[in-house]
Amino acid sequence: MTPSSTRTGAELDVQAVRMDFPILHHPVHGKPLVYLDNAATTQKPQAVIDRIAHFYTHENANVHRGVHLLSERATDAYEQARETVRGFLHATDRQEIVFVRGTTEAINLVANSYGGSCVGRDDEVLVTTMEHHSNIVPWQILCEEKGARLRVVPMNDAGELRMDEFEALLSERTKIVGVVHVSNALGTVNPIAEIVRIAHRRGVPVIVDGAQAVAHMRVDVRALDCDFYTFSGHKIFGPTGIGVLYGKAALLDAMPPYQGGGDMISSVSFERTLYNVLPYKFEAGTPNIAGAIGLAAALEYVDNIGLDRITAYERDLLAYGTDALARVPGLTMTGTAGDKAGVLAFVFDGVHPHDIGTILDREGVAIRTGHHCCQPLMDRLGVPATARASLALYNTREEIDVLAHALDKVREVFV
Amino acid sequence: MTAGESDLQDLYQEVILDHNKRPHNFRAIEDGQKAEGHNPLCGDRVTVYLRIEDGRVADVSFQGSGCAISKASASLMTDTVKGKTLQEVEQLFEKFQAMITRAPDAPVDELGKLSVLAGVRQFPMRVKCASLPWHTLRSAAAAPDAVVSTE
Repeated sequence: MTPSSTRTGAELDVQAVRMDFPILHHPVHGKPLVYLDNAATTQKPQAVIDRIAHFYTHENANVHRGVHLLSERATDAYEQARETVRGFLHATDRQEIVFVRGTTEAINLVANSYGGSCVGRDDEVLVTTMEHHSNIVPWQILCEEKGARLRVVPMNDAGELRMDEFEALLSERTKIVGVVHVSNALGTVNPIAEIVRIAHRRGVPVIVDGAQAVAHMRVDVRALDCDFYTFSGHKIFGPTGIGVLYGKAALLDAMPPYQGGGDMISSVSFERTLYNVLPYKFEAGTPNIAGAIGLAAALEYVDNIGLDRITAYERDLLAYGTDALARVPGLTMTGTAGDKAGVLAFVFDGVHPHDIGTILDREGVAIRTGHHCCQPLMDRLGVPATARASLALYNTREEIDVLAHALDKVREVFV
Repeated sequence: MTAGESDLQDLYQEVILDHNKRPHNFRAIEDGQKAEGHNPLCGDRVTVYLRIEDGRVADVSFQGSGCAISKASASLMTDTVKGKTLQEVEQLFEKFQAMITRAPDAPVDELGKLSVLAGVRQFPMRVKCASLPWHTLRSAAAAPDAVVSTE
């Protein structure tokens, strides 16, 4: 079935898109749902839900093992999903696409395998102030183990990376740079191609946390020239528990395995194990087969609408939201970078974000409040927490109006 | 008025909003024992200070940053436990915990000023906010300079 949103037209037809997402039509607390927590997880279109049901109804078996028909179907669908991801990221080769549980596991894989073999005593790992805990903690663990140091690229008050500082922090000790493509707490879009260019001048590889980018903008790993790129399926309308690590083949090939087990071997004896070829070397055990297939359906859904159309639509919506929130008395935006995607984060004079979240919830408006797994960033901003409305392709200007109106209610209660 | 709005009014009663704006006993005690509590989920932090004399709470206070519910709960708690024996504090804690976790329509014990926090029952995600100061108080009483977490 063709989703209703793929009807042609230059601009994104948001009402048609909304028809593809069944959950958006179920009220909460007796009010229409205004789902603005997309940076935490996105809702799923019917096409994804149906594809997963179809897999379990008609294709379910283990992959790469059986000679029977169902195993062949499952293997075909799983490997086709890998090809879909390759095309989505514009990678050269499908062997560069490793299925993992999510962005977190992808970063842990690289920290363990690449970091474990390439980072030594007194070496340095460079990350930024605005990283999610998932791109801090794995490197901290590695540094502790190796006697290496974690260095941090600062940002300015608008939430933009200090590129001069970045360049100054790179040295012959730097073994890898970890940077977020789009900040989940601020919405800042970092200049990845430039960061990679600068790092590569020093011969330093770059791993990009793309969790908050892929649903909002076209990602071309060859154009970015990044060495590793990671994202989670559930943040781009796919299921939870599935994600992707892209790595340049030469790097992945030289790296030791992350986990041992079935499917990642070519032969095993008690004396010696020969590892499987890429990408299977990094996919130990039965993978999340239905998850990969559901993710592919999500990427196809996004592709059908077109990422350029999505980017244009969301840019307009973000500008509308920024203006609307600027008119709310007592509200201050956190994150005012020149290049932003998908995030409206703010604090409210005298009202804790948690209280904002509860009051908004009763108005049907779902947002995230707290530290957004970015405690070092909150420290930099000098706040314990923020409130965050985050956008997806199915959000509307009317929903932004509901948010602004609900914020008036917050003021009524507290001021 | 919808059900959601009346729940909200139960939660954010005038008394709670007042304690949030002008919390009682919001200061440090230099010569007592203390514990720090935090709720990693929302970044709330509270330090509870306690001075015990002859098994009674001679003085109690708190500092920190948090939402209206945790701040009001800490403020009301310090008002309530002052002068009580540690055993009485423990009984109060148990009754309070029961009040904020029991089903919304279940009867609860009369808890005086603390009863204004009964509205938290309608908001399971906020129970930790109300109980954080109490957990922190108990650990201040049990082990000076302890750090507790609601996780």
